[in-house]
Amino acid sequence: MTTTQLDRVVIRFAGDSGDGMQLTGDRFTADAAAIGNDFATLPNFPAEIRAPQGTIAGVSSFQLHFADDDIRTPGDRPDVLVAMNPASLKANIADLRRDGILIVDTHDFTKRNLARVGYATDPLTDGSLDDHELHAVDLTGLATAAVAQFELGRKDAARSKNMVALGLLTWLFSRPTEPTLAFLDRKFGRSPLIRDANRAAYLAGYHYGETTEDFTVRYEVRRAPLPAGTYRQITGNKALALGLMAGAAKAGLPLYLGAYPITPASDVLHELSRHKDHGVMTFQAEDEIAAIGAALGASYGGHLGATVTSGPGMALKSEFISLALMLEQPLVVVDVQRAGPSTGMPTKTEQADLLQSVFGRHGEAPVPVLAAQSPGDCFDVAVEATRIALTYRTPVIVLSDGYLANGAEPWRVPDLAAMPPIDPAFATEPNGPDGKFLPYLRDEKLARPLAVPGTPGLENRIGGIEKADGTGNISYDPANHEAMVRLRQAKVDGIADSIPDLVVDDPSGEADVLVIGWGSTWGPIGATARRVRRRGRKVATVHLRHVNPLPRNLGAILRSYGRVIAPEMNLGQLALLLRARFLADVETYSRVRGLPISPSEFEADLLDIIDGKDFR
Amino acid sequence: MTTTLTPPTTGGGLAGVPLALSPTNRKDFVSDQEVRWCPGCGDYAVLAAFQSLMPQLGVRRENTVIISGIGCSSRFPYYLDTYGMHSIHGRAPSIATGLAMSRPDLAVWVVTGDGDALSIGGNHLIHALRRNTNITILLFNNRIYGLTKGQYSPTSESGKVTKSTPAGSVDRPFNPVALALGAEATFVARTVDSDRAHLTEVMTRAVQHRGASLVEIYQNCPIFNDGVFDGLKAPGSPSVIPLRRGEPVTFAGGTRSVVRDAVTGRLSVVPTDEVGGRTVVVHDEHDDDVAQAVALASLTDSQGLSQSPIGIFRDVDRPVHDDAARAQVRMPQADERIAHLQSLVTGHDTWDA
Repeated sequence: MTTTQLDRVVIRFAGDSGDGMQLTGDRFTADAAAIGNDFATLPNFPAEIRAPQGTIAGVSSFQLHFADDDIRTPGDRPDVLVAMNPASLKANIADLRRDGILIVDTHDFTKRNLARVGYATDPLTDGSLDDHELHAVDLTGLATAAVAQFELGRKDAARSKNMVALGLLTWLFSRPTEPTLAFLDRKFGRSPLIRDANRAAYLAGYHYGETTEDFTVRYEVRRAPLPAGTYRQITGNKALALGLMAGAAKAGLPLYLGAYPITPASDVLHELSRHKDHGVMTFQAEDEIAAIGAALGASYGGHLGATVTSGPGMALKSEFISLALMLEQPLVVVDVQRAGPSTGMPTKTEQADLLQSVFGRHGEAPVPVLAAQSPGDCFDVAVEATRIALTYRTPVIVLSDGYLANGAEPWRVPDLAAMPPIDPAFATEPNGPDGKFLPYLRDEKLARPLAVPGTPGLENRIGGIEKADGTGNISYDPANHEAMVRLRQAKVDGIADSIPDLVVDDPSGEADVLVIGWGSTWGPIGATARRVRRRGRKVATVHLRHVNPLPRNLGAILRSYGRVIAPEMNLGQLALLLRARFLADVETYSRVRGLPISPSEFEADLLDIIDGKDFR
Repeated sequence: MTTTLTPPTTGGGLAGVPLALSPTNRKDFVSDQEVRWCPGCGDYAVLAAFQSLMPQLGVRRENTVIISGIGCSSRFPYYLDTYGMHSIHGRAPSIATGLAMSRPDLAVWVVTGDGDALSIGGNHLIHALRRNTNITILLFNNRIYGLTKGQYSPTSESGKVTKSTPAGSVDRPFNPVALALGAEATFVARTVDSDRAHLTEVMTRAVQHRGASLVEIYQNCPIFNDGVFDGLKAPGSPSVIPLRRGEPVTFAGGTRSVVRDAVTGRLSVVPTDEVGGRTVVVHDEHDDDVAQAVALASLTDSQGLSQSPIGIFRDVDRPVHDDAARAQVRMPQADERIAHLQSLVTGHDTWDA
């Protein structure tokens, strides 16, 4: 048996939505992390909890890209596909690269099941899979045999087939079995029967690889040289939750989250609800509107108020966001974007809420908008949102998306003690003549003083109705309204003074084409740029985390390149924004399939762009 | 924020709210803003009663917060020198919920109207009542939209002719008290703007109740719905069914009584001299079972107000939402908070590069 060194592998596990593919993928990822590989993941599942068994609609998959070098994306074309039934084979086979390894559980390949997903002949025998290295294995049969010694029902026995697959892959990629065995002990410690059955199935898969002669080569991917530090695996939603907690802790405030369940944002609510011993209060409200209302109430009470949602929830919250900006009250509003409009595809990713976030309110309603670029970056963006919200007394919108929310990557654990503190600077003394308190007397940043109820002598009234600057009293004075509209805009524009200049990645310094992105396209854009450069072309990239206001040096950057391309998972919202702001000829590269932009597809198109050809 | 010394507080709904160190008077609660309701508006009477009540409660001005929605009554906070927020239409209960959860040292009031609370904000109202968050809701019911100049409201009678219903409304009105009781609210009362003493008594009891309190205040709109409550306001009005704890429910100078049918349990109104062997209902605010309170509320003639029970329908103790929420939360000491969080952020499965 030979072991071949690989620098990178993309594996996709695909099965029925009840087959445990997400768990299998998570576990294989944890092993990649333990070995020290760099990795990126893409879970992909239907919204239905248990879609009809054996149908294309019910296919759930988990893709993992792991490598001995720095990587940016979960990859597009898998090198290895594990298909647990005919439907998952049918749904995924087109993506498997030529000569890729295909492991298929043959158990469900009955005439009826094949016909159900539209196979006229059995693909395992009709030669249609000849371009791939096919391993047809009765994984379910192996599972049933392995757990026969335990008194499980036939259904439960068959359910451990995902562990057989995981064991086989563990062997194929030369990994130790101990971490997964320890994981099973932890996970099923309370039900020894289930634990032992899963262990037996996992080891059966591993031993099958060892003893069968079906596989002639084993593979190994060595650890990646990441920058020094302590690393952990993290998803975007988890990083967001931890980032909100860190922001609140650095500000010395309790954290209050108001939320209403919505895919793919609910995990932030779940995560924060587990951490009440960190001074976190969570509230599952009756609707999206009450969720932000309660967060605003807690913010008024002196907590860090936050709410998390997805696109449809953002639409419902927009009136409250306008109230928060009118009050000039700190609030963090997180939109984990999904494919829309309306219900759209709740479990699929998209970036089409950009313009809703920047402009989607009534009246002149400027709000700072930040976008996370990777799962780990969700942490930093949440902390930055806290800083801006408290410093400038404003609601701040954080954009994540379904890909970042559920995708995982290695993350260098930050040193919280070394992070700068955030000063909420609550008012404690009157600030006006005659010992009065003026709730809208502004500082040099145009931020107003915040008096938290309970502070004696600073009693004041705030409201959504137009107010006189300084006193905050109701005012319908025309000149005052114009002054206030301009003040609120100037305050948000001024946040640009506190954000760093953009740094362009242009290794040759001679690129003519600039690729500009925001949010989760950071991974695909970076991966594509590397590939294009390896092919001898020159390309520059720059990425926006602050979408509103934009960094001060962006205009100059846009003007210094011949062509500017903005890849987005929408129909060109950033391009529209940049064209409007800078009168710059920004071209859209648009993909809206509910999936991250494919680096190999973008590579081909970017080569055409650089070479002066047209692109789609 | 929190004070260093634990100040004296009262019990019940105001437990945890610090008392003023020196006595306050009505003027302390009057803001410098000119009141801009229409002359003759019932809101003036409620405002005056409220400003007089505050010194009696003894709580600190700075620990009193009034959250309102949108509508004529929602201008209320601007006229009180406390903390206050004039928010958006129908949503005040949600803001008050977050505020009450985060701050047990505040007396949180919600001022709302029939359109605000029962139409656009109906969902927030029922959920605030269901959860039993410690807030006091004053619902000014004038049975009309005033600020938008006279459209019918969810408490307007069927057939109401307004600008938006020139041929008469085809809706049926809500009975706010029955709605609140249906949500199993723990304190529900109805009072009238013109009866200062009753209004003050009911508001006092409401704020002293721990949990969500709903007070429906019949309030006259002299511009768009003048006189709709006049039948109830005449001295000794036979339309008012006064509810007094522990007393038989009789009205119209004792000439009419509310009796319970022995078989169906249904309540009905009969001339007192025809009660015979039937049982006259004795009012019990503290009845754990909501059924009798609902039955009494159902005696309301929501159409023509030919009869309406006035008083405290229900006042029962139940677990309080924000108390329970706070009991689950622990804030680490300031010096250990970052270290505690660092271990969570680091997690259990790490590797070094």
